[in-house]
Amino acid sequence: MDMNEIKEIFFQECEEQLAELESGLLKLNDGDRDPETVNAVFRAVHSIKGGAGAFGLDDLVSFAHVFETTLDCVRSNKLEPSQDVLKVMLKSADILADLVTASRDGGSVEEGRSRGLVKELEALARGELPSGGAAPAEAPKPQPAKAAPAKAAAPAPAAPSDDSGFQPIPFTFEGFGEEEQTLEPSVFEVIFKPRRELYAKGNEAALLLRDLSRVGEMSINCDVDQLPAFDKMDPEAAYFSWTILVKTSKGEQDIRSVFEFAEWDCDLDVKVQESTAEELPMIPVPFDLSALDDEGAEEDNESSDDHSAMESAAAAAVAAAETASNVTRLAASRAEKKESQAAAAAAAAAANANANNSAGQTIRVDLDRVDRLINLVGELVINQAMLSQSVIENDNNGTSSINMGLEELQQLTREIQDSVMAIRAQPVKPVFQRMSRIVREVADMVGKSIRLVTEGENTEVDKTVIDKLAEPLTHMIRNAVDHGIESPEKREAAGKNPEGTVKLTAKHRSGRIVIELVDDGAGINRERVRQKAIDNDLIAADSNLTDEEIDNLIFMPGFSTADKISDISGRGVGMDVVKRSIQALGGRITISSRPGQGSTFTMSLPLTLAVLDGMVVTVAGQTLVVPLTAIVETLQPEASSIHSFGANQRLISIRNSFCPLVDVGRILNFRGTQANPVEGVALLVESEGGGQRALMVDAIQGQRQVVIKSLEANYTHVPGIAAATILGDGRVALILDVDAVVAASRGQSLRQDGVLKSDMSLAATG
Amino acid sequence: MKKKVLTVDDSRTIRNMLLVTLNNAGFETIQAEDGIEGLEVLEECNPDVIVTDINMPRLDGFGFIEGVRRNERYRAVPILVLTTESDAEKKNRARQAGATGWIVKPFDPAKLIDAIERVTA
Repeated sequence: MDMNEIKEIFFQECEEQLAELESGLLKLNDGDRDPETVNAVFRAVHSIKGGAGAFGLDDLVSFAHVFETTLDCVRSNKLEPSQDVLKVMLKSADILADLVTASRDGGSVEEGRSRGLVKELEALARGELPSGGAAPAEAPKPQPAKAAPAKAAAPAPAAPSDDSGFQPIPFTFEGFGEEEQTLEPSVFEVIFKPRRELYAKGNEAALLLRDLSRVGEMSINCDVDQLPAFDKMDPEAAYFSWTILVKTSKGEQDIRSVFEFAEWDCDLDVKVQESTAEELPMIPVPFDLSALDDEGAEEDNESSDDHSAMESAAAAAVAAAETASNVTRLAASRAEKKESQAAAAAAAAAANANANNSAGQTIRVDLDRVDRLINLVGELVINQAMLSQSVIENDNNGTSSINMGLEELQQLTREIQDSVMAIRAQPVKPVFQRMSRIVREVADMVGKSIRLVTEGENTEVDKTVIDKLAEPLTHMIRNAVDHGIESPEKREAAGKNPEGTVKLTAKHRSGRIVIELVDDGAGINRERVRQKAIDNDLIAADSNLTDEEIDNLIFMPGFSTADKISDISGRGVGMDVVKRSIQALGGRITISSRPGQGSTFTMSLPLTLAVLDGMVVTVAGQTLVVPLTAIVETLQPEASSIHSFGANQRLISIRNSFCPLVDVGRILNFRGTQANPVEGVALLVESEGGGQRALMVDAIQGQRQVVIKSLEANYTHVPGIAAATILGDGRVALILDVDAVVAASRGQSLRQDGVLKSDMSLAATG
Repeated sequence: MKKKVLTVDDSRTIRNMLLVTLNNAGFETIQAEDGIEGLEVLEECNPDVIVTDINMPRLDGFGFIEGVRRNERYRAVPILVLTTESDAEKKNRARQAGATGWIVKPFDPAKLIDAIERVTA
């Protein structure tokens, strides 16, 4: 892994943190006062800042810093997260997101915007409440004189310096001595008396002395007078103190910095000895510091009660100065220790493997690899189907073991496929979260007050579906905010809450994901829609349409009801584009609307774009696959239940209700004449408008899971056909686009009545 | 034998940086994502030194340090605090909790390795 990869990870993480940030802020906005929510929000910004600092992304760091400071005020209850405050914070979150994007993709964020928000954030941190326009006469809330406001005033924390005396590692050996002008070496007398806390915090006198030895030539005198008799000795107490003479050309600061981590837990006195070196006899260093470097590393692995080990090591070291035999004893005890360590090390290694397992609950895999796997499994499914078929064809006396084996293979294949699909399944949460920003921005632009409520964000769906969901959803959300919800005045006049609500929900329903977008706006103005359709020459002036049909007119190409083309939704893209992109995903979209109460858009999408369960049927000698999810039931029509209607229409009566009969072979132009319904099979399908249609096919071959092969990628788009697949016998079969066929049949029927000029002409290409 | 470092940080970015830096410097690295996991992993990995963040979910750095210091077996392990916090108050709290030393972000590999070497033999 190199820095670029880590940077990549950083940006991924930023995305997650930004999502976390936003959802936390929205929770706060909804009145959540859980401290953990505030903490999570704070941490998100803090994390972004931390990572950005490591990559030197200064713009990001400084904005995050100001943001963080203000959030810290909320965290410490100095700032009440009111709606107004949260408005600023949500905007800041948006800026932060933009800064992240700018850092990743290059480009920049409008400086005025971020500077304006920095000012607002700083004002908040100072305790000034936000006001719409000019800043109020400053009446800073009384607040503890903490560092926060001061920090906000100086948003340049890229290299935090510190004057608390506890310096961040200003300690490097490299570079010392070479460049520095060689001062006349002087001798410092260092009196170092550790307290027990020094050891309790994991510092060690021996290591400090080792570091000190690197500053200059030194001699050490250890004062062991405090050491009590062995039976009275507290193993965790600090009994020794040291007087060290250091001969160095460096300054006092260099000596003090050695004790940087320890200075609060020891008595330290450093002073220059005026008359050089003669007063205290220079005793050679009484313990071998190199021993620490070599063996110490191993010994310290056994860190159990390291601390008393330190003391004893130090004690042993001092003793060593007096009697050489003690050194041998120390070495012996070390050897002993090592033996017991060997066993412990093995155990630790095993435990370690465990620890690593529990740590890695998720792995990140390149999407390409998953896709390749999915493709391969797709091939496997086809291969398995072909194998089954050829066995069945060649098998006349039913060797059951082969059949059983094949069934098991099928089962396994299916399971593998499901598991592989599950790898790519992702919650819709990120897309939903993006929507809340859009609601905010658009509502701001059109001067409406709108709340986005989301539900079922953890509903999972194939990543490919998620990626393609964002665009149509964005468009629909814009539409809902711009056209769906009324202005606050109008809402109040209608006796509604001036704040509009847009609700976005996701759920699984019978093997598909259903996404609903509900607004509590005015609903579709059917009169206007109808008029518009007539004006735009989409329908005849005298056409008689049901409410459902009128509502669905908004999905017609080139339809827009907005009187003035607004900045937001009037970008030349209509709901027809939304509908087309949903359909391209194998989904359908419907609208239901109640005047004065709002509209509901319902999208139903397949969970995956890779496979589908289909019914294999024959139509005019062609093999077609009808997605199983669309089929409600199948039935064998009887002559008595077929009724003619109009010139070419036929209805089938099913349990006392009539349902239009759609001749698939005719619609797709497989044949010129209408088939006799009695000779075929009717597939009752649910159409997007909610109504049912009976699709006429010649025969049903069976049900099968098929691997979807895009027709667009390999050939070209064919109206009425969603995709293609390869069947067990190796032949290509087309997958029927049920909604398109039903829509075409509707268009056709209406056209024959001279009502709707549909551009749908499947026959041309079918 | 390689020295073993336990790092505790909730940021994936920083975790990766620590991992790369420490591995390159010849340390064996064990990682945890927050204080609670840190304390769990501690029991199994027996580190020579611990590097921890302060702001973390579930159990923050202060709580984690206190947890280590209360642990009979591991209380003497040196702990370096790695965080962007630079104000004296937070440092004091970390020291009181039992931190051995301090490394201020932005993350700098040289500083990290140097600090680790100072507190380990």
